[in-house]
Amino acid sequence: MHHKKKNNTKIFKQFGAFIRKEFYHVFRDKRTLLVMFALPAVQILLFGFALTNELKNANIMVVNQASSIESKEITDKIEASPFFTIKMAEHNAENVETYIKQGKIKAVVIFPENFGRATGKDNTVQLITEGTDPNIAKTIINYINAIIGDYQLTELNKNGTKMPFTIDVEVAMLYNPELNGSMMFIPGVIAMVMMIVCTTLTAVSVVREKEFGSFEVLLVSPLRPILVLISKALPYFVLSFANLIIILLMSKYILGVPLKGSVFLLMAESMLFILTCLTFGLLFSSIAETQAVAMLLSMMGMLLPTILFTGFIFPLENMPTFYQWLANIVPAKWYFIVVKDIMLKGVGFASIWKETAILGGMTITLTALSLLKFKKRMQ
Amino acid sequence: MKIIEINNLTKTYNKGKVIALDNINLAVEESEIFGLIGPDGAGKTTLFRLLTTLLTPDKGNAKVLGYDIVEDFEAIRESVGYMPGRFSLYSDLTVKENLQFFATLFDTTIEENYHLIKDIYEQIEPFKNRRAGNLSGGMKQKLALSCALIHKPKLLFLDEPTTGIDPVSRVDLWNMLKKLGREGITIFVSTPYMDEATKCDRIAFIDNGHILNIESPENIITNYKQNLFAVKSEKTYLLLKALEKFPKTINSYAFGEYAHVVLNGDENQLKEYLVQNDFKEIDIKKIDPNIEDCFIEEIRVISQHNRGINEA
Repeated sequence: MHHKKKNNTKIFKQFGAFIRKEFYHVFRDKRTLLVMFALPAVQILLFGFALTNELKNANIMVVNQASSIESKEITDKIEASPFFTIKMAEHNAENVETYIKQGKIKAVVIFPENFGRATGKDNTVQLITEGTDPNIAKTIINYINAIIGDYQLTELNKNGTKMPFTIDVEVAMLYNPELNGSMMFIPGVIAMVMMIVCTTLTAVSVVREKEFGSFEVLLVSPLRPILVLISKALPYFVLSFANLIIILLMSKYILGVPLKGSVFLLMAESMLFILTCLTFGLLFSSIAETQAVAMLLSMMGMLLPTILFTGFIFPLENMPTFYQWLANIVPAKWYFIVVKDIMLKGVGFASIWKETAILGGMTITLTALSLLKFKKRMQ
Repeated sequence: MKIIEINNLTKTYNKGKVIALDNINLAVEESEIFGLIGPDGAGKTTLFRLLTTLLTPDKGNAKVLGYDIVEDFEAIRESVGYMPGRFSLYSDLTVKENLQFFATLFDTTIEENYHLIKDIYEQIEPFKNRRAGNLSGGMKQKLALSCALIHKPKLLFLDEPTTGIDPVSRVDLWNMLKKLGREGITIFVSTPYMDEATKCDRIAFIDNGHILNIESPENIITNYKQNLFAVKSEKTYLLLKALEKFPKTINSYAFGEYAHVVLNGDENQLKEYLVQNDFKEIDIKKIDPNIEDCFIEEIRVISQHNRGINEA
């Protein structure tokens, strides 16, 4: 009993010394620090600002086939707004697609021939936007809608309670019919950043010891091999978590991404995902013998699938079935759903238990695998 | 009890294509400094990794401190000190932090065994707050040795501790090892430098995966029975060529400014031959062998023996 107690304090001390050492490594290596903290911040800002660009003076085209008073009035209102510049005005829609392709215009507002009060109650304005930049497309749609809605309201006020006619806006999107909202990117970037930081850095930190020969010394020591793994993972867990909090704060206060759901749930789910990434890193470290290989493995093995198969850049629904199936084994896909649902939809645990279970299952499998692969010897 | 006991140990790489160690036998006694002497690629590091339980043998077995290297690997790891060939400390940690880390790892403190490392550590102490990566080669090795020693192991494995460091530091390190030997610590050390062999209590020559001879350095030199001469002339390269052709030459090789030649005859016959071949300023003297001469002779005997087997 006494012996056991002494043994426990010994393990505790070894553990403490090991973790202190790991923190020295991180805080003394400028490159690690850069990857750890600067890279995520830059990525969040880059993605965030690039994708939530305010709309100003977007070039649009008006095709007025109707030449009615109403179409003229709406065109004036659009022109008067600070958001749009009417670059072209034509009477037919022949060249619309060419102009959009050439990038001369972002959107086209089409007033059909019979547009106007005279032709009856139902009127439709057609709106075609270029969808390659979904954020701009979406903003344009919202603003045009607002302008037309405003116009209708003025008309309503002029005529008392009787609405002379209604206007529908019919939206068509070219090149990206599946509109990705700007807010969708932030959860995706969070997943990607966590993946890079946790997986790559953990893998590299273990393999660095192999490369420098200190791993030999650690093996030929009383330290249990399993303790080496835990000691390696723990500091990166803490650092990744700190990182996550920074990213979330930046998303909320700099980029204005809403956090509708529970913060605690988001944190708990993120911890699970960090664990998944760490175990991936440990697994890679048992395969790779050099830092370069470890880096490549985690980049090719994690970063690429994360970008391709998470669904935040390329919509999964549009992919061939095989890729959709492949996406299921990418942990970031599940975490992306979780973050999106908690942040943007504000759902509770009941709605994301399935994703949580899948991430949990992956973590357990990977842990078992990396323990199995962990070599107690060199060959 | 033998501290290390090796029986018919064989280790191959690449599924048997490369034989690193071929049927090795040796034993190391308590508190001796046992040197493994051989050129690069002889199998020294492989033997170290087998004994420190980092590798498992293909055939044969070995016991370290009475523990089997395969079955009881954990017990061995608890009780030996190991310093691999490559510099293996953390270059981004300071001298003090490295030492502290290894002390804690082995469940001890720097104070507890300070007397063991005092001599070497005192030399690096002025730099204790310097990152290990910024130390000179000799300093690094002294620090590595301090770290390997800090838990007072009964047995210390040192794989080429003096490779790549200056002659003064080499002498320092060997003096250290001598002192540790007197403290009762058994040291198993390898080196590619033949001149360091004399500092060991006993040495084993290793070449191409074979142990050639195990003896004390004194006995190895005493047991050398050949006629050995050092020869010099004004044309060194041609001299070596000519010595190879001389019928009474058993073996010849360059050694500094001289050529060493093992003769099946006396120096007058050699002088006569060299004069006939237009060599001038000839200087021939009979010499006592050093360890390297003994090693070269061992290799010659073995290869002659192998040739005999192959021809038969």
